[in-house]
This record gives sequence, C-alpha cells and structure tokens, in this order.
Amino acid sequence: MSHLAPSAPRPADPSLPWRSLDEREQRLAPLASHDEVGVAHQHDEVGAAHLHDEVGGAPSSVLSSVELARRDFLRVVGGSLALAGAAACTRQPDEKIHAYGANPEALIPGKPLHFATAMPWASGALGLLVESHMGRPTKIEGNPDHPASLGATDPFAQAAVLELYDPSRAQLVKRSGAISTWGAFLDEFSAALGAQRASGGAGLRILTPTVTSPTLHAQLTQLLREFPRAAWVQWSPHNRDAARAGALAAFGADVNVHVDFTRCNAVLSLDADFLSGPSGVRAARDFAQARRVRRESNSMLRLACAESSISLTGAAADRRLPVRPSQIRPLAQRIASKLGVAGVAGAPELSAELAAWADAVAADLAAQRGACAVLAGLEQPAEVHALAHAMNHALGAVGTTVRYTEPVECAPSDQAEALRALAAELQAGRVELLVVLEGNPVYDAPAELSFGAALAQAKLRVTLALSENETTALSHWHIPATHFLESWSDARAADGSVSIVQPLIAPLYDGRSAHELVAVMAGKAGAKPYDLVRAHWQAQHEDDDFEGFWKRALHDGVLPGKRFSTRSVSLSGAAASSAAGDSSSSPANAGSSAGLEYVLRTDPAAYDGRFASNAWLQECPRPLTKLTWDNALLIGVATAQRLSLANGDVVELAIEGARVEAPVWIAPGHAEECVTLPLGYGRTHAGPLGTGVGFDAYPFARRNARWSGAGAQLRKLGRKHLLAVTQEHHDMERRDLVRTLPLGGLDSAKPHPALAHGETSMYPPVAYPGVAFGMVIDLNTCIGCNACVIACQSENSIPVVGKEQIAAGREMHWLRIDRYYEGDPSNPRVLLQPVPCMHCENAPCEVVCPVGATTHSPEGLNEMTYNRCVGTRYCSNNCPYKVRRFNFLAYSDLETESLKLQRNPDVTVRTRGVMEKCTYCVQRIQEKRIAARRTGREVGGDEIVTACQQVCPAQAITFGDINNPQSAVAKLRQEPHHYGLLEELNTKPRTTYLAKVDALDARASASQGEPR
Amino acid sequence: MSGPKSPHAEGGTPVIGPGHSLASVTDQISKIVLTRKTPMGWFIGLGVAMLGVGLLISAIGWLLWWGTGVWGLNQPVGWGFAIINFVWWIGIGHAGTLISAILLLLKQEWRTSINRFAEAMTLFAVMCAGVFPLLHVGRPWLAYWLLPYPNTMGMWPQFRSPLLWDVFAVSTYATVSALFWYVGLIPDLATLRDRAKSLVWKRIYGALALGWRGAARHWERYETAYGLLAGLATPLVVSVHTVVSFDFAVSVIPGWHATIMPPYFVAGAIFSGFAMVLTLAIPIRRIYGLEDFITMKHLDNMAKVILATGMIVCYGYAMEAFFAWYSGSPYERYMMANRMFGPYGWSYWALITCNLLVPQLLWSARVRSSVAALFAIAIVVNVGMWLERFVIVVTSLHRDYLPSSWGMYYPTVWDWALYLGTIGLFFFLLFLFIRFLPMISIFEMRTLVPATGEEPPKKGLHIASAGASSGASAGEARRP
Repeated sequence: MSHLAPSAPRPADPSLPWRSLDEREQRLAPLASHDEVGVAHQHDEVGAAHLHDEVGGAPSSVLSSVELARRDFLRVVGGSLALAGAAACTRQPDEKIHAYGANPEALIPGKPLHFATAMPWASGALGLLVESHMGRPTKIEGNPDHPASLGATDPFAQAAVLELYDPSRAQLVKRSGAISTWGAFLDEFSAALGAQRASGGAGLRILTPTVTSPTLHAQLTQLLREFPRAAWVQWSPHNRDAARAGALAAFGADVNVHVDFTRCNAVLSLDADFLSGPSGVRAARDFAQARRVRRESNSMLRLACAESSISLTGAAADRRLPVRPSQIRPLAQRIASKLGVAGVAGAPELSAELAAWADAVAADLAAQRGACAVLAGLEQPAEVHALAHAMNHALGAVGTTVRYTEPVECAPSDQAEALRALAAELQAGRVELLVVLEGNPVYDAPAELSFGAALAQAKLRVTLALSENETTALSHWHIPATHFLESWSDARAADGSVSIVQPLIAPLYDGRSAHELVAVMAGKAGAKPYDLVRAHWQAQHEDDDFEGFWKRALHDGVLPGKRFSTRSVSLSGAAASSAAGDSSSSPANAGSSAGLEYVLRTDPAAYDGRFASNAWLQECPRPLTKLTWDNALLIGVATAQRLSLANGDVVELAIEGARVEAPVWIAPGHAEECVTLPLGYGRTHAGPLGTGVGFDAYPFARRNARWSGAGAQLRKLGRKHLLAVTQEHHDMERRDLVRTLPLGGLDSAKPHPALAHGETSMYPPVAYPGVAFGMVIDLNTCIGCNACVIACQSENSIPVVGKEQIAAGREMHWLRIDRYYEGDPSNPRVLLQPVPCMHCENAPCEVVCPVGATTHSPEGLNEMTYNRCVGTRYCSNNCPYKVRRFNFLAYSDLETESLKLQRNPDVTVRTRGVMEKCTYCVQRIQEKRIAARRTGREVGGDEIVTACQQVCPAQAITFGDINNPQSAVAKLRQEPHHYGLLEELNTKPRTTYLAKVDALDARASASQGEPR
Repeated sequence: MSGPKSPHAEGGTPVIGPGHSLASVTDQISKIVLTRKTPMGWFIGLGVAMLGVGLLISAIGWLLWWGTGVWGLNQPVGWGFAIINFVWWIGIGHAGTLISAILLLLKQEWRTSINRFAEAMTLFAVMCAGVFPLLHVGRPWLAYWLLPYPNTMGMWPQFRSPLLWDVFAVSTYATVSALFWYVGLIPDLATLRDRAKSLVWKRIYGALALGWRGAARHWERYETAYGLLAGLATPLVVSVHTVVSFDFAVSVIPGWHATIMPPYFVAGAIFSGFAMVLTLAIPIRRIYGLEDFITMKHLDNMAKVILATGMIVCYGYAMEAFFAWYSGSPYERYMMANRMFGPYGWSYWALITCNLLVPQLLWSARVRSSVAALFAIAIVVNVGMWLERFVIVVTSLHRDYLPSSWGMYYPTVWDWALYLGTIGLFFFLLFLFIRFLPMISIFEMRTLVPATGEEPPKKGLHIASAGASSGASAGEARRP
C-alpha cells in the first residue's frame, strides 16, 4: 500500500465526476483555505490515512463528499471492517505521511546531491563537497576546485559529519547550566550591552579563535567601531605566533610561506609536520607528485626531516634525524652556515652524528639550488623560522619553489600576548562583559594565565560553543553554536581563496552562529547569517551581475579572484645573525641538564582538544603509534629502557611544579632523553565520549615554552594503564610485505619461488571477460594520514566499537593502515601499508563459507551477503590478510536518532553476528554502472571512484577496470615495481601495491655511508 | 579365574571375575538399576552435575542475549574455546564407537564389559560437542541454513566448505551412535522390564524394550541389525574426525594447512576417548563393585591402546615440526617456532608433557596394573588432548601471515562457563544413565561366563551364539 497514494482528490481536475453543484463547491472549499502543506498534514491523522489507503483511491472521493450515498456508506464500512480485521493481524507501524507538496529543486528521491562548502581552520579553510541524501549531509569530500583540497581531505574533515550529528552536542540555550531561552538571553545580553554602549565598550571583550572569515572580520571591525573601547582578542592554541615573529624578524613583515613541492628535488623540514592536518592536504598532493615513481622515472623528491617527536612527515622522510628540541636550532645553524647564509659563520658545536647528518643534508640542498626548500615547523621558535627564511634565500628557492603571501588570518596578531593582556584585564576585574565566540580558552590557554580563574572575574560571561566544554562550564550563558554544515559563513584558504561556507541542513538544534551573535551585539538581532554573508560580498562586488557571481561562488565553492598575490619581501641582513646569535636565550636550552626535554604536539585525532568527543577520530588509530581512545606520553626506546619503562606504565610527569599522571608509550624513532605530550585530552567537559579520556598536557604549555622545554621529571608510579592499540607487532619478520626497491632498480625484486610454477589449482580458471575491478595502492606516495580510514567509515556506515573492544582486538575498520618498523629502533624506517580487502580471485574466504554468504561477482568483487551470513567466522580465519571484520556484539547504534541521519542510505547497516569487510564501495560501483548502462555503454575504466581513493590527498589509491588497458589501474599493474601482497599463496589479489622506493639508493655514488 | 575352557581370557588376567554364574551376572548388574538402594553419593554427584547444567544454561542465555562478543574471540582468533571444546568432545566420543564397532567386528571379547558405557559416553560427548558449533555462530537462530533443505531462497549450502561436511559427519555420527547404543540396549531393557517390581518401571522399560521376548527370530533380527550398525559405525570412527580435521587442513593458515591432520586427528580422538573411558571406568567399577566385570585386563588393554595411539599422535607432532622446517616456508617455520617459544609456548610444552612424556609410563606393566596411576594418566591425557586442540586453534590463528594483524586470545569467564557447563551436562547424563540403565551389557556379559560344557560355541556373530547358547536371551523366566 503506497503512502503516496492517499492524496486529496484533485478538485481542480475538471474530469472528476460530480453529482451536484453543492458537492463540487464543497470539494473546492477546504482546499482554498489551506496551503499545500496544510493539505498534506490533513492526512496525517493515521486513521484517516489508513481508511484512505485501505479502501483505495476511488472511495476517497466518496468520503470527501458530504453527501454519502447509503450504498457507498455500507460499502465503505463493510470494507473497512473486513480490512480492519485483516490489518489487526500484523500491526503496522504508525507512520506520518508527508507528501512533497513542493518538490525541492533538483531533488530526486534516492539520488544524492552535492553542495560546495568549506571547513574553516586557523591555517586556512579546506574546500569541501558534501553529499546530501534527502536533505541530510552524509559524506564529505574534498572540493576539486578548491586550492587547499583539490578533491581530497584530511581525517578531520571526514569526521566533521559525525561532529554535526554528535548526540552530545549542545541543544539548548543554558544559563548557569539551567535550560533557558534565546529570548531570556537577549534580554540580559541587551541590558549588558546597553551599559557597555554608554561607556564605549570599556568593559566589553570579545574572544574568538583565529578568524579567517572575511564577513565575521568585517562584522567585528564594525562592532569595534561602535564600541571603540572594546577589544577583540584571537586565540587558537596551535597558532602562527612563532612563524609570524620569525617572518617579522626576517623580513620585517608578516608573511605566509608557500612551498611548491612539485618543483622541489630536496626538502628539509626542521620539525615541520607539513603533511599533517588540513594544510597537509594540498602539501601531500604536491609532495606525492614529486615523489611518484614510475617505470621511466629516475628521480624523486628527497625529504630530510629533523624532528623530536614522530610525525607523518618524519615517517615519509628519506633522511630522518631524531633530535631533542634544543638541538634543532644548532642543527639549523650548522646547515645554514654550510649553505653560506650570512651571519652564521660560527657554527655551534654538534655531535659527530648530527654534524654528519647536517652536512649531508646541506650538500644535498646545495646541489639542488633553486629546486629545494627549507621548512620550519609552527612549533619552532622564531629564530628557526628566520633561519629557514634565510636558507631559502641562500638556496635561491624564493621565487621558484618558495613564495610569500599575506597571512591567512584576517587580523594577524600576537595571540599569546593578546591573551595575556586579556587575562590581566580579567584578573583586574576590568571586564564586565566577556563574549567567547567558539574556542575553548579555559582548556587550552597557556597554563600560567590561569585563564579559568581569570575568566570567572568577568561580570557577565557569554560563550558560544558547539558542545559543552570547560569554558561553557564557567560561563553564565552557553549559546549552542551551529556547526559549519548547518550555517552560512565564509572562510579563507591558505592561499587567500575565499569559499562560502554553505549549510547542508537547517540547524538541528537551537544553534546560532558567531555572525548572529555579533549581529546581536551590533544591535541587529534577528539578522540571518545568510543575509550577512551575502551582503558582505554584495557590498564588495563591483560588477552588475552579483546574482550570477553569487551562484557561481556557491556552485564552485570558491570565489573567483580572491587569491593572494605573491608578496616580495627582502631579507633583512640582521635577521639571520640575530637568529644565529646566542642560543642560550632559547628556553629549550635552559636547564637541559636536569631532567628530560619535552615537546607538546597537537594530536592526530583530538587535534587541540576540539575533537575529543568525536568517536571516529578517537577510534582511528593514531598514524604511528596505532593508539586509540587515549593519548600517551611518547618516549624513545633507549630512554624507556634507561628508566625501565614499558608500554602502559603510568608515570608522574613534573615540569616546574605542574604535575600530571600519564601512561607511557614507547615510540621507535622518538628522540632520546625527550618525551612528547600530545595535547587535546584530559578534557573535563567533553561529553560522554571525550570526558576523562587521556591526560591533559596543556598545563605544560607555557607562554615562554609553548611547544617544547626542558626539565621534565618522570617518576614511575608502578601502575599500568590499558592502552588500546590496533597493531601490536612492529616487525615484518623478514617477510616480503612492504617491498622497498632502490630508485634505480624498480625491477630488482626477486619473484617468490612459489610463483615460478605458474598457477596450479583444482578448479578450472575463471575468465573475467567484461569489466574486472582492481585497485593499486602506491606505497611510495602514501603518507599514512588516515583520511581513507575515516572516509571508509563514513561511506560505509562502519560502527564504532569503543576502547574495550579495540583492546580485545575487535576494531571494525574495513581499511587499515599497517605500520612496520625496519632497522634500528632508535631511528627506524617507517613502512606504511593501507590494507583493504584484496578481493582475491582465488579467495580463501569463499570456499570455506558453509552458507555461501561470501561469493565472487563476475567482475571479480569478493562480495559479502550480510543477510545470508550466519557468522561462523571461518572466512575470517582463512583470510591471510585478516581484513574481515565481525560484529561480535551489536556494534551499530540503532537507537540514537541523530546518528541515523548520518548513515549512507545506499549501504546496509550490519547487525550482530554478521561478518563484514571492504566491498570496493560496491554502492558507488552500482551507481556509476547504472548511469552508464542507461546510456547503453559499459562503465569506463577510471569512472568509478572508491571512498578511500577519492579522499586520498596523495592520490596513492587507484581503482578501476584492470581489463581496460587504457585505465590508470591497468597501467599501474604494468609497472615494474607492482606486486601483490602474499601473492605466493596463489590468492591472486585484485588489490595490489606499488613498492616503496628508496630515494637514496639511486644516488649510490653520492650517498654512500650517509646516515639516514 | 583362568580356566582352560574360557576362550576369553588371554594370558593371566581374566576379563570376568571368578565364580560368576549367569544369574549372578544378571543380578549384580541389574540390581544397580532396580533394587539396590541409590547411594547418597549418586545424589551428590547428580547435584554437582546439575549445577554444571545450570551454568551451561546461564552461559547459553548470556551468549544468546549479547552475542559471541562475550567470549574472548577477536580479529585474528575467530575460533576459540567453542571449536576447541567441540573437537575435544567429538574426539572423546570416538572410543565408544571404536569399542562398540571395531572391537566387536574384531571379536575382542574384553570389550563387552565396557562397551555399553563407552557408547553412552560417546552419545553424551557428541551431545556436548553439538552445543558448540551451533552456539559459536554469530546468529545461531539461522544455523539451520547449513542444512540442505528446499527453501524459498533457492539457496543450497556451500558444499565446498568443510564446516558443511562437519554438519553431515557429526549428525550422522550422532544418529548412528544413538541407534547403536539403543539397539544394543534392547535385550537388557527386556531383562529390566521382567525384573522390575514397580508397575511404572515395568511399563517404561517395557515400552523401551519394543516387545522383546528373546525369541530366536528376535535374536536373528537383532544380530543382523547390530552387525549392520557396527558396519556403519566402523567407517565413522575414521571419517568423523577426519572431516573435523578438514576444518583445519583445508584452510590456508600455517599450522592448519597440513596433510597430516586427518590420521593425526583420528589417532588423537581414540587416544583421548580411551583416556576418558578409563577416567570413567575406574571410579565406577570401584563405587559399584564391578571389579569382577571390568577387570585389570580391561584396564591393561585400554592402557595399551592409549600408549599406541599416543605414539601415533606424537608422530603427528614430530611430523608437524618436520614439515614446518622442511617446507622452507617462512610462515610455517615461524608458526612452529611461535608454537614452541611464542606467548603460548607454555601450552605446547604442557601438551608435549601430557601427551608424549606421561603416557610413556604405560610401557611399564607395573604402572598398567596400578589403578591409581592409570586414573592419573588418563586425566593427564584428557588435559593434554584439550591442550592439543588449544594449540592447533589458537597458536595458528593468533599469528598468521601479516604481523600487523597479530593478536592474543584470552578466554573470558563465559568461555569457561560454557566449557564447564558441558562437562556438567556430560556427567549429568552419565549419572542418569548409570542409575536408570544397565551400565554394562548384561546379556553380553553372560556370554563371558565360562560355559558349563554341554553347549559348544556356535558359528556366526559371537554375541548371537552366546546369547542363544546360554538360553538367557531375555526375561527372568527363561533364565536357566
């Protein structure tokens, strides 16, 4: 019985029979008084709807007529009674019927739509295309037209859709923790603002994270004009303060550095993890392009990286040097002096190992003059940035591989200093009204500011936040913020391009955006963010056709002509020498004799703490430690041995009076006598998932030692903390799993003896005459960023299992990234290998399933029929790759309403007791195939894009028809360094790999004996 | 007794105690069921076993409510206690079938006194085993999909899967074992019917005896049926555990993928089965005073079977290690090294101790004549064979091809609960069996009573001739 059928009789239809003029008029009358929606709702009454349904279409006209004939009446009543009896047998669920009175433009039920938007970040927005199913965003992709994305994203963007539907988001306006209303807030807020207006805003302070939204910047600027004595402070914990100071020192101007990796042959990273995070998306794309090795290639970009902690960039480096934070500056000075940077002639003392490394790197850079670059990490002090600038100038990189532009922030500032001033004002009681527009300063402000205590001094504290956090807990008013997927805004990318942040869905809860709150302060309560953003750009638009411009901007996701132009800056001679000057002023060097050095780092999952309650990110194994649901104090192998620490040992860490208890994780490749403290954990107000997870490292983030320092004391407490990791074994056991080949000898791999015999099988060979799907993963360009892992989770509605289940070995990720270490544990080579289902042609899983729940498709997909699976797990046991995942318990949350909205409607939600695994995104295959067949052709070789492939910033994953010689995947399978994992088992995997290439091997003559 | 006329006593030890007449045999065995006062110990034993059954029911309830996740299974180790216990129980069952069928066909008369409860043991062990494959699947309510039955889905099971072969092998085995046991019981049920004092028991035993009157035609039919069933059961002794071993041998996992698996599993099954028979027989003959029927000769023979099959099993262990080395495959070699010296190394060495070293004591006649020593060794072998399945299932799975996926398996309290629960079920059934059915075949034992001389042994199947010769085929009235 169709629920679309019981629509009201169409009175306008003149063909409908009528018996009297009265009847005809009455039929028209109710409609005239209702709008279309009203008509639809008339039929909401279940009883009426059922009656309509049950008696079919025709009698509905009878019912609607007042004049009901006796026979008709009996017919209807009799029929209803009969059917009522039948219906009583199986209770139908009550369903509301909402007819599409007006079909939204372009919406075809079942067909997703994609809208361009952008995810704002302090380092520049990431342009996105968001898939929307019937009005609900389900999957985030990168916007191919956006310069920071080029179609890819980072894991954070992938997980943003879950943040939108997070059931622990703030849903109501609250005053001091009690439910209140927006109206009550406006009353109190307006009164406070009125008082401020009188004094010119002397007691008004606004605190925001780094603003990259031109509209919000304009609004705030305007507001500050109205309140001349008010102040606006920006604070993001992972900010550009040091880079800004470095640029000011070097050039006397604040500039952003852009490196074009595609034109580099050698790159030096001074603790710059440029491949991670949102800004790493574009960098990884360019970096991968410069490192992609094919049959004819004879060169690839060589990366040298000196770092204290372990990072994706370090893992990708050809020459990696673990150094304590205090050693980075002298190391940079040595390289700079070798490169002939003026003013650093007197190179500092370095150990022989460091000096040899520095000299090798300097020689490589010097040989690649004009085709190389030096990057300094955001966490490095200004002096290192200045040195990096000087080196780039000395290497002739500026203008070729390195260019400078305006900074991405709308109002660049020394954030730490501004925050310190604000805290002082707060402490002095001079702030009457404090408005915190997102951000969480109580949690992430430098420890010595005691920002929580300071904040509490403000007379009225208003905080706009997505969910309850440490700052809202200390505020009078907590206004729920809108998510970027549900409100209008705009945001700048690192290169200056502006994107309109376009909402995908109306605010789920009673949320407001920063634009709205600022508008309220400006006395424009009720202003809609859409109007504000549009008006901002309309005011700047000179051309006549704004509507066309606006539509184009929304469609493309990028406003034309907003990119920053290259800024030419000149190196001030004093910069390098001042940077090279006395290194004793560096805090990292002070007191290094007592205790360990330490570095603070944003976390690959929680970032600066904002994603602490995001289950996808929490459960995503950290790229190198494979930890989930926790942070741990990372420590080098030898140091751990010296302190007799094992994984999971709880230690007390004390730095200048601040203490925290933290579990230890031994990280091969970590600098010795140094520990890493990942930020973003130990949250006290982060919803049910994030609260109390891990330890809080912010107490160690001080103004004068934001990212590193010395004098950390460790004391073993003799307790253990359970750390849930997804991979416990680091060693490849000399198995040929991740193959590494020298650049000059891609075909030098010896085939396995088992393959020499050719195929032997009991069964006749299966022909794949049509399309044959396959995937090739380039291990040389994969950086292991995890974007594919979360993309897969998002696309395929993969459940989250929680820490205990991960610890029990039951993670559900269909795609995992295996990480192996090779060589000396103090500085091993890191080998990363994404492992989805291999879709073996001779699949061991298929023969052992007793019910035929896993079978082979004619195109070579290893298919999993969930409905048929009884859950013997035999397939999983017999899978040599262990890519199958079993629902040991009821993992899928079928209860929480908001999470239902996120699920991909094209993918079945799996129940308890069912096996699942990578399907090569069979729903995407089908969608494209159906579209192709409608036009009478087979699907093209490269037409289908899997979720992991689409999101990969390094374009390391290629999928397509291996039978089509023109397809990218078929060509890659012809590469000399192409191989299949465990192919000696005669599984004939369809997912295959391109070997990792050792860039240094090719230069055997030049690099002999060089330290790696 | 070792009278010159007794054809059954080889060497010095008799298979029946001295001084028994046909009447005394019948009397002594049937009185356990009918007249003797139920000892207090039986109630205590049944009570303890019932606690085990309660544990089993709780464990099953918990499992069905939450899912297989209540066990310690995980990603590399998809099979754990459930499959270990399944293989262990099935293996234990094998001794019963071997004793009933093969020793019958080989005319090993000494089997007579132990075959009935060995068969019962088989049946109960198969019942315990049957719990596991059903419950270990993720959706047990759909486990019937493993059966080939016509259905609207138009789906057959997948016949290439060894798990499906298991379904056939185990269900056949259960059916044949039950039939064999029941058919063998019929003459004794008639005896009980005739001797029972209470009308209720007369009716119950009477119904179960299927109207047995001990007529010559009955005996002829019985002979034919029993002989056929013995013939059917004989290949099952070999086939069932062969098929069970295919679950492992057909896979690609190092440690599983080995051609040695079928013979090695069959020998292991007989090994563990005889150990279990010893484990049960020794206390029962003591408690019920059946030393005359289950004599030292029986214990000695069973010990020898244990020794022989134990040596075959150990050959299997040696070959596994040899193949791993000789294959040259790094995966196989690592598997073996990991078995011996990996995190579960203790289980391998415990297994070697239990199954290889300790049974060597049985070479000594003195050990074989010590009831206490035999009991202890039998227990050790039972533990050893359980460990063998643990080693095969867990140490092969937990570290296979890709080191990235390696993990550990730790059984949970619910794993143990289900295992202990099936042991409870086993003893529960066993206690009921020894109380309500003759645990030793009365009519077959009567054949072992030294012939009085006038009737020479006839041709044909031994039991039939003996039954006819004694004239005590059924019923008190016809007892001489």
